[in-house]
Amino acid sequence: MKTVAKTGNEAMAYAMKQINPDVVAAYPITPATEVVQIFSNYVADGEVDTEFVAVESEHSALSACVGASIAGGRVMTSTSSQGLALMHEILYIAAGNRLPIVIALVNRSLSAPINIHCDHSDTMGSREAGWMHLYCANSQEAYDSLIIALKTAEATAVPAIVSTDAFILSHAMERLEVLEYSDVQNFIGEYKPRFSALDLENPKTYGPLDLQDYFFEHKRAQIDDFSKVLDAYDKAAKDYAELSGRYYPAVEEYKTEGAEVAIFAAGSTADTAKEVVDDLREQGRKVGLVRMRMWRPLPVEQIKATLGKFKAVAVMDRSDTMADFGGPVFLETRGMLYDSEEKPLITDYVYGLGGRNIELTDIARVYDDIEQVANTGKIEKLITYLGVRGEK
Amino acid sequence: MSMKFDRPMNWKELPAGCLIDEAATSLRFKTGDWRSMRPVWNSEKCIHCLLCWISCPDSAIKVENEKITGIDYNYCKGCGICASICPPKASAIEMIREEK
Repeated sequence: MKTVAKTGNEAMAYAMKQINPDVVAAYPITPATEVVQIFSNYVADGEVDTEFVAVESEHSALSACVGASIAGGRVMTSTSSQGLALMHEILYIAAGNRLPIVIALVNRSLSAPINIHCDHSDTMGSREAGWMHLYCANSQEAYDSLIIALKTAEATAVPAIVSTDAFILSHAMERLEVLEYSDVQNFIGEYKPRFSALDLENPKTYGPLDLQDYFFEHKRAQIDDFSKVLDAYDKAAKDYAELSGRYYPAVEEYKTEGAEVAIFAAGSTADTAKEVVDDLREQGRKVGLVRMRMWRPLPVEQIKATLGKFKAVAVMDRSDTMADFGGPVFLETRGMLYDSEEKPLITDYVYGLGGRNIELTDIARVYDDIEQVANTGKIEKLITYLGVRGEK
Repeated sequence: MSMKFDRPMNWKELPAGCLIDEAATSLRFKTGDWRSMRPVWNSEKCIHCLLCWISCPDSAIKVENEKITGIDYNYCKGCGICASICPPKASAIEMIREEK
């Protein structure tokens, strides 16, 4: 283990180097370009054994990954925003064919208006594709998460997306600890694919037409296998904690003991909110933070158990559903808690779209709001657009 | 897992990932009933040049000892390539409408 200074992109590229995948097929896109740019240097310098496939689009990038994965390879790529949108149809094909591909992703808003900065609308728009989703709060976590995600993906044959916040994490340098190459290799182990198109002794058909008679059965089986990801993730995360000393639960609690209200947030904003929680706790206020790290599959029972104990919860959504009913985390959180005997009053704060900065004072204001909700038992405003001009 | 075809499998019996995990399963499915036009081979006109055999996309031209013996209607889909490739002087294959 050694201490280094790396940006989020450098940290993810370094994790990819230590994973040393068989194939990486990628197309550059701001702000994730550096991930594969740095990785292509590792390839050119002979520091990895990877076959690097430079393609003409993200659609082709993930398609090449699908082919390489069906051939039995350990496969990774990287993208962001429009790139993920262009991969959209192939996301479903990778997941449906049970190909444990891992994407190092940087969360960026979707056009229009065109913008290169952070929000979560890209991955939130892909959450039904059958991939595991992990949202990272810092560069250390981004490095660690790629390694944990790869292990989980290969154990379950479910592909994974690990994401950081555009520029806030991708381009900001932080201190982090990295493992030795041999430790990473021992942790992930040799990849033993469940099938390989290169296995000429056992020819199979991959991705055949599947109509009214069998499509539903195949989807039902896929949904069932997806439900096993949570346990596999938890095992991988705990094994990784033994190796590194860093444990990342699917749902993280921060100073929730004795808290009456909590913010439920993902990504770098959750780390920012910890500062606010520290300040407010010093003032004696009963506030806590719950960090949403895994959003697919949904850690339903953990979220219900964790959020169920508060009087009021503010969900922080860095994207909107365009349903005129707030963001996706809000909608799904309310859905999960609907049947709970003990449940908080839940409000939504859609914030930070297109990289709009979120200040400590913004987060403090959210705590003010939910304390009032907890005290009065009434929600004055269900959905707030936080930090946008023209709105209180 | 070996695939069963004697009855429809339920979702717990299927190989993961819409995989067909053995080869040549298409032999178990008679796909000739897709056909709307039927090639009729005339053994007296045929010169056994084998152009139809090499051109058939479904390997439905039956051959024994380098001689054509007929058409496998279990798999022939009636595309008509055999009839069109057959040398005009021979014209040994005629396409007729498939009657019920």
